[in-house]
Formats: sequence, structure tokens, C-alpha cells
Amino acid sequence: MSHDHHTPPRPDNDEPLTYWQTMEIAVRELLIEKGVTTPHEIATAIDQMDARSPADGARVIAHAWTDPDFKARLLADASAACREMGFDIGPMHLIALENRPGLHNIVVCTLCSCYPRYLIGPPPDWYKSRAYRSRTVREPRAVLAEFGVTLPQGTEIRVHDSTAEMRYIVLPERPTGTEGMDKVALAKLVTRDSMIGTGLPRQPG
Amino acid sequence: MSSPPIKPWHDMGGDIAGPIPTDDHDFALWEKRVDALLVLCAGKGIFTVDGLRRAIEDLPPDAFETMSYYERWISSVNRNLIEAGIYSPAELALRMEKISARGASYGEATG
Repeated sequence: MSHDHHTPPRPDNDEPLTYWQTMEIAVRELLIEKGVTTPHEIATAIDQMDARSPADGARVIAHAWTDPDFKARLLADASAACREMGFDIGPMHLIALENRPGLHNIVVCTLCSCYPRYLIGPPPDWYKSRAYRSRTVREPRAVLAEFGVTLPQGTEIRVHDSTAEMRYIVLPERPTGTEGMDKVALAKLVTRDSMIGTGLPRQPG
Repeated sequence: MSSPPIKPWHDMGGDIAGPIPTDDHDFALWEKRVDALLVLCAGKGIFTVDGLRRAIEDLPPDAFETMSYYERWISSVNRNLIEAGIYSPAELALRMEKISARGASYGEATG
């Protein structure tokens, strides 16, 4: 089916209006009327968030895999390193966590849903779930197993609990057998979950 | 021995819980708008992300089950804006009444 010419009605616009949707409309209209914001600003903010995706983070990771100096800068100050690549990461204070042989990092926000959203877009639903928030700090190996990740025996797992001010991104290990690959090809191996620690990069080929 | 302190509901780290849900959903327009309102208000210094969290954490313990993610957010955004004096609870109530009268669906009511 072609998506080019026919846009079906958005299901969320057809369903009965809820109390909280009514509140959203009211708050938005009042903010516009009071001169706090404009419809254009709101539309732009939505476009900017829609434009952020794991592909942006993947470019950062691939750059770090191929440029040791950049990797050092990323690990020293991930916010500055991402801005250096032209990413507008807003007010976010970002810390990069390097996976190494014998060390695996995983990111959670036990208190709410803090996530490196200004680089890789908003979090998936599971990241915000009670199960992930509760269990990741208690039994990270069991959580990883549910994501299909089993690590070599003896691998240390470090769990990082995010805050409103401090967001984390995992720098996964570069897969073996990728020596000849350029940054564009490498970035395609970097998944969203590999940057949160619930996954590993794809294998080449 | 004193009994351990009672955790507030949002402090979930370490609790026993079930399997990680695997389903995901695309954000609805109204959810994206709530997100944008938070980003804009925080960017303008009207309130902070911590303010957003504080009002979410003040919701009743069953809010995590009875309200969706962005329902909790708009409830908190609204509370922070009223506290900041941007509009009054009466203004909000009046506006919500008018919006409800526009139509039965979000598409009709959002104008």
C-alpha cells in the first residue's frame, strides 16, 4: 500500500476526547493566549523531537570507534563531543560509558524515565515500565537475558541510574570483523538498545 | 530495630516485578504536544524538569497504573503552570468546559 497520497485519519484524533487530552488542549491554548509560546514554536519543538533518532547516536558511536581522539573526548565530556558533531542536545548533561571485554554497562532511570532523548529520541515504552525500572538494579543479568543478551561468564555489569540532570549513553564494543568498515557502515551496526546497554551491536554481514 | 522507611511510589528501584513488556507505541499527536509544552516551558525557565518530576511524584500511588505516561505529564505541567501564576485554576476549568463542548473527539475539540 502506498503511503504517498492517502493519509488515513489518525486513530488518536478519532477516539472519544479524554479528560487529560482536554487538559492538554486547554493548557496549550492558554499558553498561546498568554503569549508564553506560539503554535509555531510548539510545532517546531515536535519536529525537533521527531527528528531525533537512534541514528544520531549511532553516528556518534561509529565516530568514536574510528577516531581515538574523538573517543577520548566523548568519554571525557559526551555533551561537548556530541555538540562538536553538530547535535543539538539541549540542556542535557551526557556521560558516555565504555563497554570493554569483561565490562558491560546498562542504563536505567529507577525514579522516572530520564533518557538521552535529546540525542537518540524519546525512550521506548519498556524503558518507562515498572518492570524495567524495578528489576534492572536488582537482577540486571535476568533483565539482559529477557532482551536476549547473555554475556561471557565473569563479565562485570555496571548499572547506571539516570537523573533529570545526568543522562547516560553506552559506547558498545566495536564488533570484531569490522576492521575495514567505514563510519557510515559501522553506524548501521549500532542499535538503540546497544546504546542503552540492553542490546549489543549487530554483527557485520 | 526500626522498620524500614516506606518508599514513595515512584522509587521503584529494586522492587520485585514481572517481565519487561515488549510492546511499544507510536506517540499520539496530543502526547507529542504535551512533550513539546514541557520542553518549551522548561526552556523558557517557567519551571524545571525537577518541577515536572516533583508534581508527578506527588500524584497518588495508583497514578502509575491508572494514568498513562503523558497523562501524568500534562497533569504535572498544568500544576506547575498554575503554581507559576501563568493562569488560574478557574481559567483552566472554564477553558476545559469550552473545549469539551466543541466535539466528542480530540480532532474536533482541538480546533
